[in-house]
Amino acid sequence: MGIEAEELVPGVVVAGPRSEAPPEAPNRSWLAAVGWYVLLIGLSLLVLLPVWLTLMRALSTPAAAVKPGASPFLPHEVQWGVFRRAIDQGNLWAALGRSMVVTILITGGQLVTSVLAAYAFAYLRFPFKRVIFALFMATLLLPIEVTLLPNLHTVRDLDWFNSYQGMAVPFMATALGTFLIRQGFLGVPSEIRDATRLEGYGHWSYLWKFAVPLTRPVIASFTVISFLAAYNQYLWPRAVVTDSNNWSTIQIALRDLTTTPETSNIAVAGALVAAIPIVVLLILFSRQIVQGLTAGAVKG
Amino acid sequence: MAERETPARASRLAETGMAALFLAPSIILFALFFFYPFEQLVLRGLYRNNAQGTNLRYVGWSQYKDVLTGDDFRAGLVHSLQYVLYTVPAGLILGTLLAVAAHRKLRGIRIFQTIFSSTVATSVAVASVLFYVLLNSQTGVLKVDWLNDPNLALFGVSLSSIWQNLGLSFIIVLAGLQTVPTELMEAATLDGYGPVRRFFRITLPLISPVLLFLTVVLVIFALQAFAQIELISRGGPAGHSETLVYKIFQHQTPDQLGVGSVMAVGLFVVTFIVTLAQFLLLDRRVHYGD
Repeated sequence: MGIEAEELVPGVVVAGPRSEAPPEAPNRSWLAAVGWYVLLIGLSLLVLLPVWLTLMRALSTPAAAVKPGASPFLPHEVQWGVFRRAIDQGNLWAALGRSMVVTILITGGQLVTSVLAAYAFAYLRFPFKRVIFALFMATLLLPIEVTLLPNLHTVRDLDWFNSYQGMAVPFMATALGTFLIRQGFLGVPSEIRDATRLEGYGHWSYLWKFAVPLTRPVIASFTVISFLAAYNQYLWPRAVVTDSNNWSTIQIALRDLTTTPETSNIAVAGALVAAIPIVVLLILFSRQIVQGLTAGAVKG
Repeated sequence: MAERETPARASRLAETGMAALFLAPSIILFALFFFYPFEQLVLRGLYRNNAQGTNLRYVGWSQYKDVLTGDDFRAGLVHSLQYVLYTVPAGLILGTLLAVAAHRKLRGIRIFQTIFSSTVATSVAVASVLFYVLLNSQTGVLKVDWLNDPNLALFGVSLSSIWQNLGLSFIIVLAGLQTVPTELMEAATLDGYGPVRRFFRITLPLISPVLLFLTVVLVIFALQAFAQIELISRGGPAGHSETLVYKIFQHQTPDQLGVGSVMAVGLFVVTFIVTLAQFLLLDRRVHYGD
């Protein structure tokens, strides 16, 4: 493989300290500020436009919305029951529950496997360490889109179609998590390890009493982006769920709502319901999400 | 440490054993769900199957040659690359535009930053449903008929990805802008640099590693597009928006496993080359700050 393991994970950027936003020149600041607000509001409307237009469509009675001359920016003959109908028709509460189970299994599994592996790479000496680390990173080149067909074969052989383990187990190990948490462990000052060793702490107790707590910010942001990715998964659950009535996750359940254009309003309502958990996550953990998403882009 | 000198060999062995234990869960899962299937993909391509998937017949590399030079694979590859072309430059430009606009000291700027990042709250499936409703030819909000036009269907689908990627692109570029030292901008202003020249001569070179990272991420997203296609265009009209992953998904039946495997190897090679090329070609031109 022609590239170094370190480069497979884009963590190579070294940047200076965080800076404040550039200050405006004081004499022109009033006029400039108005100009910026106009631009920012305009861009905000553009970003939100797809949600607004589809929300209006969801709230409108379908026949009224497609009448000639009906403005797409406004609701027509509002019907709030559309959310209720989407939830009933798509069986969305059950699907949401399944999504939660799968997501928690994947994120929990990833945390355990990558904390352990990261500890080995950061603190333990063993033969072929570099080779094994490179192999770990090489898995980043084998996304589920590539390995789909043989993995389906494996899961069929295990009789794991339409099951939680079938949806979750293939994703319980992660090179990205191992890499990020290893970076976190390497950032713990070596004096702490030396001091705890003199105090008689072995590897196992050092891992859980010191290394993990001291790396909490890194682990927290990894947890949040892992949760996000697992909840949003589409291709794999779509492939291993053949009994969609009983096993669809919420993302897959959306597919059944888009079969007829006439019920667009219900499809949109379902999509908005599916997005709610992530909106909540975003509000509660926005800092961790930003840190997690930019972990590969900027160091600092 | 001196008292540990004698049992050094034993402790070395114990450490290796512990490492093996710690690495075992990851190694087992990687072996089972990453490396074994990859080996299977490469091998499967060497066999042709009958309809039951039994009775494998070794055909050597001929199936690779047939599939990789065939019209089906080529169409999938072209559509996947088109998808890259539609979504990646747009993502870079729009992400940078949003980030530059929101990177300033203004009252309430956090509100705008939240709005610009908001599309990360949507999954591919959610974004696809919204654009399915916007673009549908019969009841679509936008009143366009792109999804039935062979030349425009994939472009229509790509709008969902462009929109869905806005939040991520914005967050990444903004993080890059925040690393540009204020003093440098002030010094440039004192030297008589206008805002446009400051952006192209200072900001852009300094954030180029971040833009490279974003490029790689967006290209990989585009090459993996599946849910968008399935939910918005169903690959249509007449297969004109079937990307590589969409085609691989269609080759699940036992008799088509060989062909699907070769396509998946093709997807792997394309992803690998693109990722490598981006690092090698851009590495020299990208400015890595100290």
